[in-house]
Amino acid sequence: MRKFDSLTAIAASLPEENIDTDKIIPARFLKTIKRSGLGKFAFYSWRYDDAGNERKDFVLNREPYRKAEILISYENFGCGSSREHAPWALLDFGIRCVIAPSFADIFYNNAFKNGILPIKLSREICEQLVEDTKMGANARITVDLVHQEITRPDGEKIEFEIDLLRRQLLLEGLDDIGQTMQYVHSIENFEKKRKEKQPWFPEIKIEKLLS
Amino acid sequence: MKARTLFDKLWDSHVVKQLPNGTALLYIDRHLIHEVTSPQAFDGLRLAGRKIHSPEAMMAVIDHNVPTTDRNQPIEEGESRHQIEVLEKNVKEFGVPFIPLKSERQGIVHVVGPEEGITLPGMTIVCGDSHTSTHGAFGSLAFGIGTSEVEHVMATQTLLQKPAKNLKINIEGNLKPGVSAKDIILAVIGKIGTAGGTEYVIEFIGSVVRNLDMAGRMTLCNMAIEAGARAGIIAPDEVTFEYVKGRPFSPKGKDFDEAVVYWKSLASDEGAYYDKIIEINVNNLEPMVTWGTSPEDVISIQGKVPDPENLKDESQRKRKKRMLDYMDLKAGQPIAGTKIDAVFIGSCTNSRIEDFRAAAHILKGQKIADHIWGLAVPGSGLVKKQAESEGLDKIFKDAGFEWRESGCSMCLAMNPDRLEPGQRCASTSNRNFEGRQGPGSRTHLVSPAMAAAAAIKGELTDVREMI
Ligand code: SF4
Repeated sequence: MRKFDSLTAIAASLPEENIDTDKIIPARFLKTIKRSGLGKFAFYSWRYDDAGNERKDFVLNREPYRKAEILISYENFGCGSSREHAPWALLDFGIRCVIAPSFADIFYNNAFKNGILPIKLSREICEQLVEDTKMGANARITVDLVHQEITRPDGEKIEFEIDLLRRQLLLEGLDDIGQTMQYVHSIENFEKKRKEKQPWFPEIKIEKLLS
Repeated sequence: MKARTLFDKLWDSHVVKQLPNGTALLYIDRHLIHEVTSPQAFDGLRLAGRKIHSPEAMMAVIDHNVPTTDRNQPIEEGESRHQIEVLEKNVKEFGVPFIPLKSERQGIVHVVGPEEGITLPGMTIVCGDSHTSTHGAFGSLAFGIGTSEVEHVMATQTLLQKPAKNLKINIEGNLKPGVSAKDIILAVIGKIGTAGGTEYVIEFIGSVVRNLDMAGRMTLCNMAIEAGARAGIIAPDEVTFEYVKGRPFSPKGKDFDEAVVYWKSLASDEGAYYDKIIEINVNNLEPMVTWGTSPEDVISIQGKVPDPENLKDESQRKRKKRMLDYMDLKAGQPIAGTKIDAVFIGSCTNSRIEDFRAAAHILKGQKIADHIWGLAVPGSGLVKKQAESEGLDKIFKDAGFEWRESGCSMCLAMNPDRLEPGQRCASTSNRNFEGRQGPGSRTHLVSPAMAAAAAIKGELTDVREMI
């Protein structure tokens, strides 16, 4: 998982409530055996017409928003299914931070697990940020997780709240696996001791399986 | 030192680190993978730029959605083919030991592991499949895990786990002819229910267990999961050692003797504490058959379909009524004599050589009823070969069965082997859920001998009348 400390990037807005996981990535793309490469399906029904061509008028199809890493939206972002495909699709598209007045619970958790920072701010502030995103090449926002503050294009700073443990994991770029890897010494120790105590313990050899 | 159970010993010997909230970082000795639950895990590793911690602790095999027809034909179903190709690519990229589809050693992951000696006593064994509990028959702590955990084990060789409670099921008495391990475990599930083992690891103990061969013990542990248990385990003994001796990945010579000394120390100590104890006597046990859509809905073949009206709980009553509708059965009807359309002998519960011998014993010189579709699917290529060398394939084919290549097949109908809606099957598999053997299919779980008897008669019947 990538670390998240401070990010200055183009922000795009989808100023709607209840953007569900089906909107983020339609169910028909879930049969995949992958979790990378889902970015091209993100917001599919908005991004493409029936013939599969990009809709020029959709914000994420226009410059500079194609490169947006921050997304501003409204209440209950990410509602719907529990699958992790929604954050996978967002991340693969390039989104690292979503700001909204509220999030669906499961999406909120899944976002952290995948290195996306979801920030809850009041509707009023979100509306102001939506205005900021209309500034084209100047629609750049800074999200500073270390100091827990956002800097608007005009330099104004806005503070945000976040669970301390989650903040820590994001700052260090640790998912569950990353967390366990902190104990790599204990794991190696265990293996060493076992080799001493049970030298007969067999390994699985590829050649033996193919023979 | 405090007296400990088999589970306690397996647990203690694998704790890498005790974490503050009661969770432990548990070391995993063996990680078996197949084509369905592994692709996203590999992809996760790739995305994070991680490697597999110990490829030499892994074994990959293709089983869930392979066709059981001619292995030389291309796989028609696009998604299955894709999953298989992806696994082949992944094992190459990450250096995971792999049994190719065309190898005679390919088979159902829970049959292959023990067969190769990859499953040994005293281990922790995981696989992205709930019936991993099968390997507990060797005195190993074995359980199924989800895709995100598959990735966790790949990357760290550990899992975050909380200890389970100890449940002892003591099985005593004398099994009557025609009654097998499958009947025992069905009866156990019928008695304690599908939630009866929740939070527990079940240790099967007692003279009946000691007298079972490894195939029978695997059948017991395989279905422990259907009683809601996290795992099923049986202490290793001479029967176990005899089975693992000489297998490709089993220790050899002096190493083996040393291993046996250790394995012998695993059995539960005298006076060890169990959170719960259940006594089962098999003296009067009869062949069992399920009538509903959950493995706990089970009765003796001599029994009658229970009447939901007798249930006090309203929601239970509704549920069981719905089951009767789905299964097209009437309350009070004797289960024997129920006409069936198909018989499936296979799955990780009952697809070992012993299972085919038991079925062949009944089928020998007989013909299955005209209207029956009989499907015999060995658990591995080696089981198939062994059966053929004993002439069992001929008995099956002469009786009218189709004799197939190995795989999960109609246990879960992910490949082309499936029932038509409304069709009824006597099956040696482990789950009788709605639609498990194809949309609208009806499943009756039975032992291999009972399945063979049903095939001959064309209806559910008491195998004891044929022996
Ligand atoms: S045979 Fe059935 S239960 Fe066993 S691993 Fe295959 S699908 Fe799962």
